[in-house]
Amino acid sequence: MTDKTAHTGKNTGGGDVRLTGISKAYGSFTAVHPLDLTVPQGSFFALLGASGCGKTTTLRMIAGLEDPSTGTVFLGDTDVTDLPPYKRPVNTVFQSYALFPHMDISENIAFGLRRRGIKSVKKQVDEMLELVQLGDKARHKPHQLSGGQQQRVAVARALINHPQVLLLDEPLGALDLKLRRQMQLELKRIQTEVGITFVHVTHDQEEAMTMADQVAVMNGGRVEQLGAPADLYENPRTTFVANFLGTSNLIEAEVLEAGSDVLVTAGGGKLRVPGDRCTPAVRAGGRLLVGVRPEKISLTHADDAGAIADGRNRVTGRIADSSFIGVSTQYVVNSPAGAELQVYEQNIERDARLVPGAEVVLHWNPAHTFGLDADQDIDAGVESVEDAG
Amino acid sequence: MRWIRKNLVVVAGLLTLAYMILPNLVVMAFSFNKPNGRFNYSWQQFSLDAWKDPCGVADMCQSLSLSLRLAAWATLGAVALGTAIAFALVRYRFRARGSINSLIFLPMAMPEVVMAASLLTLFLNMGIELGFWTVLIAHITFCLSFVVTAVKARVMSMDPRLEEAARDLYAGPAQTFLRVTLPIAAPGIAAGGLLAFALSFDDFIITNFNAGPSTVTFPMFVWGSAQRGTPVQINVIGTAMFVLAVLVVMAGQIITNRRKKTATA
Repeated sequence: MTDKTAHTGKNTGGGDVRLTGISKAYGSFTAVHPLDLTVPQGSFFALLGASGCGKTTTLRMIAGLEDPSTGTVFLGDTDVTDLPPYKRPVNTVFQSYALFPHMDISENIAFGLRRRGIKSVKKQVDEMLELVQLGDKARHKPHQLSGGQQQRVAVARALINHPQVLLLDEPLGALDLKLRRQMQLELKRIQTEVGITFVHVTHDQEEAMTMADQVAVMNGGRVEQLGAPADLYENPRTTFVANFLGTSNLIEAEVLEAGSDVLVTAGGGKLRVPGDRCTPAVRAGGRLLVGVRPEKISLTHADDAGAIADGRNRVTGRIADSSFIGVSTQYVVNSPAGAELQVYEQNIERDARLVPGAEVVLHWNPAHTFGLDADQDIDAGVESVEDAG
Repeated sequence: MRWIRKNLVVVAGLLTLAYMILPNLVVMAFSFNKPNGRFNYSWQQFSLDAWKDPCGVADMCQSLSLSLRLAAWATLGAVALGTAIAFALVRYRFRARGSINSLIFLPMAMPEVVMAASLLTLFLNMGIELGFWTVLIAHITFCLSFVVTAVKARVMSMDPRLEEAARDLYAGPAQTFLRVTLPIAAPGIAAGGLLAFALSFDDFIITNFNAGPSTVTFPMFVWGSAQRGTPVQINVIGTAMFVLAVLVVMAGQIITNRRKKTATA
């Protein structure tokens, strides 16, 4: 009996989550524009975006807590669009955890099993408590636990049902930074252990990159880009992704030569961009946003400019600001090519001349350069002060 | 001087408490009195006569049982209707929601005698015979606002995610209501119910207007007998009610304290 029920709802292959043409409008406001998304079975998938980008609405449509305005939700080959949440083999970990305050921890965890008419729940509940390392807290009420412990109960309460998909709605948002890092590893461990598909909603790009196999970056109710974390970071296709995931230096440039190696000019200097790393079609005379990540850039004092190897992209400038972070030093450099370029230097051999006001040359391997469509907002996705944290 | 400054708050607190409790203590003491004549207003001598025979006065225990029955039914009716109204007002957006929200407070704010008179006019015009049912309807009317207020506060502070979590965990609409919504709203419903019971039990004005000649509630009986003489048994019932209420409150305190203790253990 227990053995059989333990596998109820477990997928039997082809358990991808497929959203086709799904959208959600509230009156005249469109929270989610029609989008197609496939979450492969067994993957850790992150929906990443700033608040109000439609990521939570998308998650709630998978859970059945929100009715899509158009489109369909498939779990495996089953169309679940019209099924109420309590008939979907999907469980959610809510942002506020939503633990039932009038029940103790083990009753909370057993809730889903009980509702499906399973009588002997003790063994499974104990196993779950073990998995989330809360064996000694079974008889406590939710308010007696710390935030991190409540979070683990919420995960256990959902996982015990062996859902086809586990949905996590900013589950770590309420935890402090240190606990958050710890829980990220914990969740990743649990996901690997149970092998269930996780769909994780977050606004924290670091969290998404640490945990997920696949990240969908959302903005304004649309998916901007989908891919593995490293791929998104190295090859952003829009300024939003370039700025939202980490930091990017974006330089407005004019194209001199198109081809497999694009030659552009910015602020009087010439830069090279690999043709296959340019998102828009490049033609001579057109405009291009040239991007490079701060940690790819090396900083050399202007007096030593002759020692820089040939073939590297160079930009001259003057240091406006520097801040020492311990492992690295972050410089802000103003140059004719662009204002406030960010450069992160490892503190291996620090050049004492690199102080604010110093004339410097920024140089990097052209292979680390990417090109973006110049018609976009260059500051899209830049975190403003009130968004931070 | 310093002693006064240090203990002023405590002294003030004790004085206030005495001010509130003293009438009850007088009632209690006089339940053991053996009055000389029909009125139980001056202390004569200690006796247990009244306690040995609490129903010794004609019609008093019938009026008590009527009051208890009325209070029970009024509580039930007000809790059922009031809880439904409270949920509707918090959860749904409908036309006239705002005006219903303020109209609900009308019975609380209106002078009782005005409401009593208007209810009587209504019943008489509709040709309804005055009696148990008219009193019950009147009681439910004024209890309703208190139940709605108590339950509404509770429902408003309830996280809607809790019900979503229940639905997400395979509970259908009925199960969600029974297992999650109702238990969480229960303290508010209980508070509203207790208020309703107390209000219905000791209401005099509205009851007096709308009762028939054969419906004599306990407050009406006390009022009526006060014209002719006050039997000691009234004090006995009063004392019993007071002690019962205090015991209930104490039991509640003990239970919460014990829960807190296991929580910290």
